Parts: sequence; C-alpha cells; structure tokens
Amino acid sequence: MEKFTRLEGLVAPLDRNNVDTDAIIPKQFLKSIKRSGFGPNAFDEWRYMDVGQPGQDNSGRPKNPNFVLNQPRYQGAQVLLTRANFGCGSSREHAPWALLDFGFKAIIAESFADIFFNNCFKNGIVPIVLPAAEIEALFQQVEATPGYKLVVDLQAQAVIRPDGHGVPFQIDAFRKECLLNGWDDIGLTLRHAEKIREFEEKRRINQPWLFA
Amino acid sequence: MPKTLYDKLWENHVVHQEADGTALLYIDRHLVHEVTSPQAFEGLKLAGRKPWRVSSIVSTPDHNTPTDHWDEGIKDPISRQQVETLDANIREVGALAYFPFKDPRMGILHVVGPENGATLPGMTVVCGDSHTSTHGAFACLAHGIGTSEVEHVLATQCLLQKKSKTMLIAVDGKLGKGVTAKDVALAIIGTIGTAGGTGYAIEFGGSAIRGLSMEGRMTLCNMAIEGGARMGFVAVDDTTINYLKDRPFSPKGEVWERAVEYWRTLHSDAGAQFDRVVTLQAEAIQPQVTWGTSPEMVVAVGAAVPDPAKESDPVKREGMERALQYMGLNPNTPIQNIAIDKVFIGSCTNSRIEDLREAASVLKGRHVAANVKLALAVPGSGLVKRQAEAEGLDKVFIAAGFEWREPGCSMCLAMNADRLEPGERCASTSNRNFEGRQGPGGRTHLVSPAMAAAAAIAGRFADVREVL
Ligand code: SF4
Repeated sequence: MEKFTRLEGLVAPLDRNNVDTDAIIPKQFLKSIKRSGFGPNAFDEWRYMDVGQPGQDNSGRPKNPNFVLNQPRYQGAQVLLTRANFGCGSSREHAPWALLDFGFKAIIAESFADIFFNNCFKNGIVPIVLPAAEIEALFQQVEATPGYKLVVDLQAQAVIRPDGHGVPFQIDAFRKECLLNGWDDIGLTLRHAEKIREFEEKRRINQPWLFA
Repeated sequence: MPKTLYDKLWENHVVHQEADGTALLYIDRHLVHEVTSPQAFEGLKLAGRKPWRVSSIVSTPDHNTPTDHWDEGIKDPISRQQVETLDANIREVGALAYFPFKDPRMGILHVVGPENGATLPGMTVVCGDSHTSTHGAFACLAHGIGTSEVEHVLATQCLLQKKSKTMLIAVDGKLGKGVTAKDVALAIIGTIGTAGGTGYAIEFGGSAIRGLSMEGRMTLCNMAIEGGARMGFVAVDDTTINYLKDRPFSPKGEVWERAVEYWRTLHSDAGAQFDRVVTLQAEAIQPQVTWGTSPEMVVAVGAAVPDPAKESDPVKREGMERALQYMGLNPNTPIQNIAIDKVFIGSCTNSRIEDLREAASVLKGRHVAANVKLALAVPGSGLVKRQAEAEGLDKVFIAAGFEWREPGCSMCLAMNADRLEPGERCASTSNRNFEGRQGPGGRTHLVSPAMAAAAAIAGRFADVREVL
C-alpha cells in the first residue's frame, strides 16, 4: 500500500446523501477478477448516457454533461467532498478500488458506512469525517471557486482550506500509523502468529465444536 | 458488571489488543463466494502465503450463477470465469465444505451456512458480503468484510477490529396477522434511517423478536446492514437450539451437550447497558412497502407516497425528489394504486422455506394479474428447493403463474440474466432498492414474501391482510 502523508488536491463536490456502492461501481463490473482498471467505470450509471459493459472501451461512450464529475473544472480531482452515509450498501472493495483508480485519495463526508470506511484504509484512501456545518461551508467554497484545492495533512490531522483555515479531524491512532507508513495489515498481524496459534489451541480444547 | 451479548462475543475472540483499542479478533467461520474472493486468493499467492485454517471455510458460488437452463452451464463468459476461478481456488486450498455450481446443496451462502449447521452460536462469521449480518440470528458476531480483509482472514485467521457501540432494538408485543419479520426490519429502518445503525452493533430483543422463527430472525439480522449496522444479532434460546439439532455440521453427542451449555450463556445479562435503546410496539407495525431508492424510504401499505414539499431539510428534499423521479412516482399517490411489472421472491433476505410457504399460502388457488410480465420464485438453496417441492409449494407457484427457478442470488442484484428492464417496476423480497440494483433503470419496491404474492395477484400493491 502507498504511504499517505500530505496531499494538496483539487476538490470535486458530490452533493448527495447515501451514495451507495452500487452507484460507485455497478455490479456488472464486479465480474472482473482483478483489482485494477475500475476507474473508467466509477459512477458509471451517472457518468454515461448508455449502459456500460465490462471489458468495453469507454473512451467513445456518451457522457452525461450534467453529472458533476464530468465538468471540466473538476478534472484531475483528488479529493471528493460529499454528504452523509457515503459508501452504504454492498461490501464490495471494488468501490474504493474504482475511486482510487479514478484519482481520489481522500474523501470528506459528514459520515461513512462502516464497511466502506474500513475498506478505504486498506487501500490508502483517507476517509475524513467533518461536522455538517464544515461540510456545508466547503460545498459553498468549492462551488464558488474554480480550481479550489484542499490540503489534507494526515500527520497534523487537519484539512486546510485555501484561506488558511484548518479543520481538525479524528482518526484512530493505529490506522493513522498504518497509512503514514504504508504498512500491510497482514504483515503486521503475522507478527502475532505465535499468539494466534496459542489462542487457537486453547479454543480447540474449550470449544471443540468450532473445529469440526 | 452485567455484560451485553456483544461484550461476551467480543471478549471470547480477542487474540491481542493495541493501545488504541484496535483488537485482533479470531475468526471461526469464513464464508467465501466467487465475486469478492478472486483478488484475495491472488494476493495470498503473490505474497507466498498459505491459508491459515481451511477448515474454517464454507464456500459456494451464488451471485453469478444462472437460475434456469442449468444443463447449458453459465453462458456469460465473464461470469463463468469468476465461478471457475472459485472452483480452482477452493480445489487448490481446500475447505470444510464446498458446494459447486449445480451441487444439490448449492445456494446463497447466507442460506447455505445456517441450514447446514455451519453457522453456530458464539462464532465470528465473516464473508466478503455485507449481508453476512444474517448469521447474527444465531448469536454470532457476523459481518461483511472487503476483499483485503478476506485475504487477511485467509492469511491470519484474524481481523483487525475496533469495538462498536451497542444498540438494543426492542420490539415488544405480538405481530398482527400478515405482518412478518421483513415488515419489522423495514419499519425499524424507517425509524432509525439507513445510517441510524452506523458504528453500532445491534441486538434485537423483545417479546416479538423472541416469537420469531430462526428464518424470521435471519431476515431481520440480514437487514441490519440496511440500517447502517455491520451486524445485528439475537440471543440464543430454545428456538435457536431446536433449529440446530441434527444439522450436518452441528456438533453431536457429548460435544453437543457441552456446546448447548455454553450457547445458553449467549444473551445480554439483566441490567446490561447499551449506548442506545430503540423500542417499537409490534402491534403498531403494518405491512411495509418502500417507495424510493433507499430502504429508509418506506411507508405502510395503507399510506401514500410522501411529498418532498413537506420536507424541511433541503438535502433530504432533493434526495426525495430525485428518488421520485427515478421511481416514476408522484407525491401523494396511494401505495395501492402503484401497478407493477414484475415480482421477485428470493434473495438471502427472503428465500427460505418459511418465506416460500408464506407466499404460497397467499397464491394458493389464485393467479398473477395480466399486467405482471414475470413472476419469479427463486429458492435460496438446493435444499430449500427440495423441501418446498416435497411440500408441493412449487406446484402452487407454477399454477399461480410464477416461474420456479434454481437457487441463487438471481434478481436481487441482477449479475446473472434475471433483471429488470429500464423503467420496469418490481415488487421484490430482496433488501436493496438502490438505483439500478435489479437492472439499469429498474424500479424496486421492497416488500415481504406475502406482500409480494399479494401484489402479484392484484397487479399492484395490495394489503395482504385483506386476502389472507
Ligand atoms: S441474495 Fe442479494 S443481497 Fe444476498 S448475497 Fe446474494 S446478491 Fe447479496
């Protein structure tokens, strides 16, 4: 996993509550057995006028000019700004894979669905929860200011606006460490292999029905 | 100090804890299907790692498999490749149980695990599928995980977790005739909202919940995720234990006795504290129908489509307007005036034997309306299908004009050929009414199996209590 320390990125606003993972990456693309290449189909049903199919060349497909991420001013965005309950629905990790492949490295929302939130950390995306009032202010600034960028400083746990105003955010100490260092969870866990084995042995004796 | 069921389940699985509370939890049961596992197996192989304990794995393909013409195999080459990849991976690493495509015990994982006794009380159960919460019906710590976590569990038999907050949802009283676990689930989501359970582990309690069968409890826990909670569970009681007796993977003899003794402790202690308590009165719950594109957009069958003009929150109002536009509905339309094109009875929410019995009891001696283009009944597993056929339910469905299909996820998410065409409206017993869920442009209304059957007959939504 890539390290995440500090990011200065263009912000794209997606002004909706309850953006679900079916919307982030529709099911037909889940048939892929790879982890990469989902970016061109992120938000497929909103982004294009036709129905996308896996394996298709997306470059010639008709785009929906009304969909916010298709607007020229948001091309190259790395920070996604949205509302409440982002990433609800299915557990598909294809959703963060698609967002990352699209270019997003940080997502700022009023709240996230639990499984999606978790999946972000496994892929080096920083999901940031801010209070509704801060989110509202950011929406107004983004929409009013072409080229609007935010700095996400993970070490300092702050989102810094162009006017210098810093908004602090919370993040678990352990997850922060992992992101800052780009650590692989499995490698970390396997440092406890001995402990896991001991735990398992005890369990096998005390609750043998679990090991049928 | 009195403990909640969640405390007990959690403490029983902690292998190690970091200073900030992040814990390494031991995983007892790992359910694996074809969509969210290929990248995990590949990652494992690339890193040169071996699965930690393959006897924890129960696997079957379910999402991509067709529900008819099994003799022709899987026609879509990309779907076929995914199912074949699962075959190859399981053949290579092994499993406690694998039910490949067309196996008599194949089916939706969340139906297959419990009916085989592979889901036992007190287990941690994970799967790369958000509806893993279903297994909470057995007092399991059961939740969906992403593919990186699938790989993590394969490699380490553990998951990194932070403890959730706890919520008790107590439903007391007696459910009315024609009111089912699905209606309870939808009514709860209508009350707490789709994000109401975010960050919480939900325990369902109260006399109405204790009165539910295991099938009903599975329906309820299945929908916990639609209320934002990764997991929902119900305490162990006689209903749980009677259900598990003599299932293929249930313990036997002396080990069974020991297990039951432990399982009897799996309930919240009297006086245990929850972070949030929500109470509902069973008698007040009516048959439910969703009208929008999120499960919280739900009303009782006797009500009308709500009017966004009456919503004061601008973001919510816009969401309602967008939903109504997508659904092709006008505000204030009575629910029972909404005509349907298709009916789907199936999915991990409502495809168990009791669900099929409920629907069949409404359909018996009746026929689907002329405007209904397709009515599908898709049993949750091969075993459910066989049981239903032994009871003659298949004949009831077929006589009523339903198609009786092979088991699988089917039109719940339309990864196979079963789907809605743009603009088509469906009464569905599944769990998500998101835009495009049952096919691009498709319009989904979530209901119970009995309500889906009533809608099939009327050709529009109808109050099942009037036909029972
Ligand atoms: S039936 Fe639907 S919700 Fe359940 S596992 Fe299959 S696709 Fe997911």
